[in-house]
Amino acid sequence: MANSNKPNIKDKYIKDFELFESKLNGQSKSYLHSLRKTAIEKFKSAEFPTLKDEEWRYTNVKPILQSEFIPAANAGEITPSAGEAEKHLYTGFDYYKLVFVNGIFQPALSDIDGITGNAIVSNLGSLKEPELQKLKTHMESIGDSDNAFNILNKAFSVDGAVIFLPDNFILDKPVQILYLTGNEKSEILSSPRNLIVAGKNSQAKIIINYQPLFDVKYFTNVVTDVFTDENAIIDFYKIQNESEKAFHIDKIDITQKGKSVVSNFSLSFGGALVRNDINVLLDDEYIENHLYGLYLATGTQHVDNHTFIDHAKPNCESNELYKGILDEKARGIFSGKILVRKDAQKTNAFQSNKSVLLSDSATVDAKPQLEIYADDVKCSHGATVGQLDMTAYFYILSRGIPADLAKSMLIRAFANDVIEPIKIAALKEQLNHQILQHLHSKDF
Amino acid sequence: MAEEYKSDDMKVVEDLTSSEYKWGFVTDIEEIKFPKGLNEDIIKKLSEVKNEPGWMTEWRLKAYRHWLKMEEPKWPKVKYDEVDFQDIIYYSAPKKKPQYESLDEVDPQLLETFEKLGIPLEEQKLLAGVAVDAVFDSVSVATTFKETLAEKGIIFCSMSEAIQNHPDLVKKYLGSVVPYTDNFYAALNSAVFSDGSFVYIPKGVRCPMELSTYFRINAMNTGQFERTLIVADEGSYVSYLEGCTAPMRDENQLHAAVVELIALDNAEIKYSTVQNWYPGDKEGKGGIYNFVTKRGLCKTNAKISWTQVETGSAVTWKYPSCILQGDNSIGEFYSVAVTNNFQQADTGTKMIHIGKNTRSTIVSKGISAGRSDNSYRGLVKISKNAENARNFSQCDSMLLSDTCGAHTFPYIEVENKSAVVEHEATTSKVNEEQIFYLNQRGISTEDAVNMIVNGFCKEVFKELPMEFAVEAQKLLAISLEGSVG
Repeated sequence: MANSNKPNIKDKYIKDFELFESKLNGQSKSYLHSLRKTAIEKFKSAEFPTLKDEEWRYTNVKPILQSEFIPAANAGEITPSAGEAEKHLYTGFDYYKLVFVNGIFQPALSDIDGITGNAIVSNLGSLKEPELQKLKTHMESIGDSDNAFNILNKAFSVDGAVIFLPDNFILDKPVQILYLTGNEKSEILSSPRNLIVAGKNSQAKIIINYQPLFDVKYFTNVVTDVFTDENAIIDFYKIQNESEKAFHIDKIDITQKGKSVVSNFSLSFGGALVRNDINVLLDDEYIENHLYGLYLATGTQHVDNHTFIDHAKPNCESNELYKGILDEKARGIFSGKILVRKDAQKTNAFQSNKSVLLSDSATVDAKPQLEIYADDVKCSHGATVGQLDMTAYFYILSRGIPADLAKSMLIRAFANDVIEPIKIAALKEQLNHQILQHLHSKDF
Repeated sequence: MAEEYKSDDMKVVEDLTSSEYKWGFVTDIEEIKFPKGLNEDIIKKLSEVKNEPGWMTEWRLKAYRHWLKMEEPKWPKVKYDEVDFQDIIYYSAPKKKPQYESLDEVDPQLLETFEKLGIPLEEQKLLAGVAVDAVFDSVSVATTFKETLAEKGIIFCSMSEAIQNHPDLVKKYLGSVVPYTDNFYAALNSAVFSDGSFVYIPKGVRCPMELSTYFRINAMNTGQFERTLIVADEGSYVSYLEGCTAPMRDENQLHAAVVELIALDNAEIKYSTVQNWYPGDKEGKGGIYNFVTKRGLCKTNAKISWTQVETGSAVTWKYPSCILQGDNSIGEFYSVAVTNNFQQADTGTKMIHIGKNTRSTIVSKGISAGRSDNSYRGLVKISKNAENARNFSQCDSMLLSDTCGAHTFPYIEVENKSAVVEHEATTSKVNEEQIFYLNQRGISTEDAVNMIVNGFCKEVFKELPMEFAVEAQKLLAISLEGSVG
């Protein structure tokens, strides 16, 4: 594809990498940097996706490529006050806290006191050699599912949250990972690389919360890898509250082993252009996977959710529920693919996507897909697009409730299927409130 | 089975049609045959042989020049050997009426198949009132019931005749729904189409009988490029049946048809297809490539209903679509696609809602067996001005073996908040409890599976005209033969 921006922006990032490398001194020989070097080599031959790519047919990334973001590692550091960080956190429950600013770890703002045993709740940048040894096998690869953005993340990933749970380890409190992004002076590229490795029989609840430090334009480009060993139970809450001027591209790769249970929540509120990719590999038997998604978009927000569930082995179950609420000129996209491989007999795979359009200018695109090669399976998908139930709306109005509140109530009820399964009560409460507020602040 | 019901009236039909259709699969009919390959000269010659007017030749050439600039689409989920477009004979027509051939000369396996099918033409006779326009190879050689139709002012003839006798209508509507620029195969078809059917139903006329056409590929190495155009004028109604069989073939043959339907205000077109081109043998050798563009345009209050039973072809690639342009127009798509052995089908529909209060229904049933792949691919698009549009889609797949694949790729694009779009899809295997229940009643597993599959497809079969429904059920049983146990 002829796109005059492309060679320029790629060259720019390659130059940025050279600048970054020149400032590294001693660290340039480190293991992490060798990974980054492999990535930048790959990046040189990678192409940014275009509308002609089937997986990107509804999302034009041109606005991202037209901006010249400065990788956070090359920009000056900013340290917000503890109070500043505090107001972005979800509260009302006990949690361990990892705070990052522009993708760089802030030890002063974080709190991981009380982590015992061999568990690691830390950040990529400060990992020591023995710890790296444990995690190496999970960090090396650049897979086929990596697009140019993901590779770019891997080239510039200097930091990110790392959680390692040894066998039989149950984390007593949820971990809240807060990413504060934005810089008043320059347009920042933040490249967090998160890694979660859960050993056999381990359990944890993890919240990743993306928030703006300033309400400016920036680009968060995340890659998160999750590995769960046998019988592990992981709840993963990704809450995207970026600035409405910001770009957010996130890829989560989840690999599950036997009998493990992963519940992944992807809640999207902010961002100008948002793309969430979730790839799940069910690589053993009797695995359970739940994907929940909610996207609220208004203004000219563009939210693109892609999920891919790979049933590679028999006897697994996957459940997927994505709901979208689109207002004003917002555009919401859901593309979900379930692949059931030849050997994956006795698979149960269910997917549902529902969207509500609140305005005549909002659009929604849905592409639920099933690709099935095994016969003894139960698979289904459903997709609906509609507007709010006008009969219910009238009923509420007739009880004397004002129009905007009535609408909010209906939307809150619509979103409830996704919010209800959240296991942290205080978080659920705050999210419910956030949904109400998000909509209430708009004129219907 | 139909012998005893044969009426004298129907003898005429038989004489006219069976001679071309019946078993004469290896015919030594004299043919006008073009050399292999495609270039402007071939197209000019084709147009000349068919005695076409200048505008038609020009249109073909424009399509050809556009085709040269296009690339073969690669997005369908099918794999096949590349088609060498220069290795195809683009025109072959029988010089004289084909001769009746002795049954002994025919491949017994094929005869057996027809036996099981219950001889389609006999069935046609049985359920009288069907006009048969038999297309032998690419040229229409027999048309029946023409007079009855002519009384009502209905035009039902071959495309070549239409170009000669009704140039105004052809000029006005040909390419109006599927322009030659539409896609690779539509462009190719526009350049080289040899013949096809043309139907025009005048204002307010309800066509008194089901119109049907039999297609058949006969000559070796002859791609068939059928062009069908149906125009239903204001307030008219027509039901059109298309069915195809093809003889055993070793080489892959290309079939790239284009069907255009135009339903003007208040008109209704019902288009039914039973497709059982040669699917290739059990090893996946041979078989027809069926790359078809079918599309209908609905004006105000119009309705177009597509019903298809796809059991044949090695590779099927077909998306009968509706453009719901007029307010209150309705589009329907009912499909059963069966794949066995190494067959591949990528089929579905597009419902483009443009007018207000437009409605569409999609019911697709896919059955895969053997080592086949069966995909549903569909688009439901609600445009910005399509107030109160409504769509319901249901795509169910059934898997009969652990080596086949069943896939669903629906696209839903909604730009209007008042739209209600629902899509649901399920995939499962044949219910073992149901098989057990039927076994218990003394029904063999194979028959049980056939019954279950027929039940699974019932929603679609009931949309078919009766004679087709009978044939479709039998076809299904034959297609799935040997896939159980």
